[in-house]
Amino acid sequence: MSWLTDLVRPSIKTAKKRELKADVWEKCPACNGLIYEDDLKVTLFTCTHCGHHLRWNVDARLAHLLDKGFTEIEVKLPADDPLKFKDRKKYADRLKEARKATNHPDAFRVVSGKVLGQPVTVVALDFDFMAGSMSRGVGAAIATAAQHALAHKQPLLAITASGGARMQESTLSLMQMARTTAAIVALKEAGLPYIVLLTDPTTGGVTASFAMQGDVHIAEPGALIGFAGPRVIEQTIRQTLPEGFQKAEYLLEHGMVDMVTPRFAQRDTLQRLLAHLTAHAA
Amino acid sequence: MARHYLDFEKPVLELAARIEDLRAAQERGESVAEKDLAGEIARLEVRLARVNRLLYRHLTPVQKVQVARHPERPQGSDYIEALVEDFVPLEGDRRFGADKALVGGVGRWMGKFPCVILANDKGKDTNGRLARNFGMPKPEGYRKAQRLMQMAEKFKLPVVTLVDTPGAYPGIDAEERGQSEAIAGCLETLLQLDVPVVSVITGEGGSGGALALAVADKVVMLEHSVYSVISPEGCAAILWKEANKETIPLAAEALKLTAQDLLGLKIIDAIVKEPVGGAHNDAQLAMARVGERVAAEVAHVRQAKGGAQARRERFLALGA
Ligand SMILES: [Zn+2]
Repeated sequence: MSWLTDLVRPSIKTAKKRELKADVWEKCPACNGLIYEDDLKVTLFTCTHCGHHLRWNVDARLAHLLDKGFTEIEVKLPADDPLKFKDRKKYADRLKEARKATNHPDAFRVVSGKVLGQPVTVVALDFDFMAGSMSRGVGAAIATAAQHALAHKQPLLAITASGGARMQESTLSLMQMARTTAAIVALKEAGLPYIVLLTDPTTGGVTASFAMQGDVHIAEPGALIGFAGPRVIEQTIRQTLPEGFQKAEYLLEHGMVDMVTPRFAQRDTLQRLLAHLTAHAA
Repeated sequence: MARHYLDFEKPVLELAARIEDLRAAQERGESVAEKDLAGEIARLEVRLARVNRLLYRHLTPVQKVQVARHPERPQGSDYIEALVEDFVPLEGDRRFGADKALVGGVGRWMGKFPCVILANDKGKDTNGRLARNFGMPKPEGYRKAQRLMQMAEKFKLPVVTLVDTPGAYPGIDAEERGQSEAIAGCLETLLQLDVPVVSVITGEGGSGGALALAVADKVVMLEHSVYSVISPEGCAAILWKEANKETIPLAAEALKLTAQDLLGLKIIDAIVKEPVGGAHNDAQLAMARVGERVAAEVAHVRQAKGGAQARRERFLALGA
């Protein structure tokens, strides 16, 4: 049932290959091939054997996509843990750990910069922070990014990676779907382009709100994108899911995304799109 | 038809059974231990009402979940039957298909004003439940909803939604046809309407599938209804690693999913009191109260003239 755990990156199994140092090699989750870590930096974290797109650190991604010199936008965060939520562990403790591990206050980055010279505001979700789940903080980040884009007449790019709702914020988390939509609607009405780059995985409340409201949807190869998690669906319908179900290519085939674009080509694609869509902007 | 009793309603069941026995005896003209049959029945009925009142005054969150899912709780089509005059059902998303988990149409609310109505319906018997997919809409349901919302805007009709769903359907076909995009589209459409939108959570407000109909100017909940981002079962399975008799009540408690909690969090605006013993105990009274409340809220919203902008501000402030 805990389909969320499916989404967490599998640990690198290095025990069998003792001759290889664990920190220099990474195993491809798709083809099991070993990839030299220095190569991964060059290939933008894609497999040197099969081209599989591995999960990629959000800061490295932003550093690649954006021209040098982008700036961080400040997001005003609400007070922590409004429900004093506690499961087997306190939400307050989970937050503390995630903050220590990522060195960031919540599962997002908001920056303003340029993609090959095209100005853009970017909000990116950080899957390493509680599975990129939608907290009020993440809601604030989307709203702030949209408002920044609006104020500066810039297009907005959202880069998604999320397991869905932040359960520990319950219905307040659910409300972020409406909150982020309200921000996006205002941006779109102002005639500013809104582009979504969907990365692995994007599911639940994030997909069912701002991730599916773009003027253009770009998906990364092999990314899992859907409303319900595969395990939930399997348990509901008691059927095995078809091959490639909910993968980026499947969404392309079913008309939900405009394109499946490899990492190497994303910057160029974004530059062209931004240029075309802002050509007649005042 | 025998009424369905929830596990915690055992004292109610026992009293009701006793009253029924005495009534049967009275009809047959039998003599029983109690000399004054009519008096005894009256006494038991008073006690039944008191037990019901006490039980329902102190429902735990997980008990409220049970009440919210009660099979005899009034459904969307019951509300329409009871409250909407000259209802004309409208079906289809004009793209793929029909969806009976989400009823839509136009009619006059309590004979007072014309409106567009969108309501979940879970069905009543096995066949009905299957036909209505247990109240879990597919993308075609949410796309029909968008179509009717836009129609409401075009003809300047307020939108009334009655929400009671375990959630949007999680299935292969639903994913194939873009369940996410269909829900996201409802959120977007509701935030663009200038006509009043009033939502009532009448039973289960199950996550995004419920929110898709509840981005409203006024959100009202029935006293024992629930509204949350995930079911207590789902939450227990993920955060407690196992959904069982111990963890599900803990999850229900932690999720703060009751109407009372949500009013405190300012996520909803008002609570409609249920009849003693829950909405299923007196469906007509429960529905009449919902009817009056909706009429009053629509009038307020209409007067405030906030339009889409006010609705956006409301949701932009949620969690800020
Ligand atoms: Zn590989």
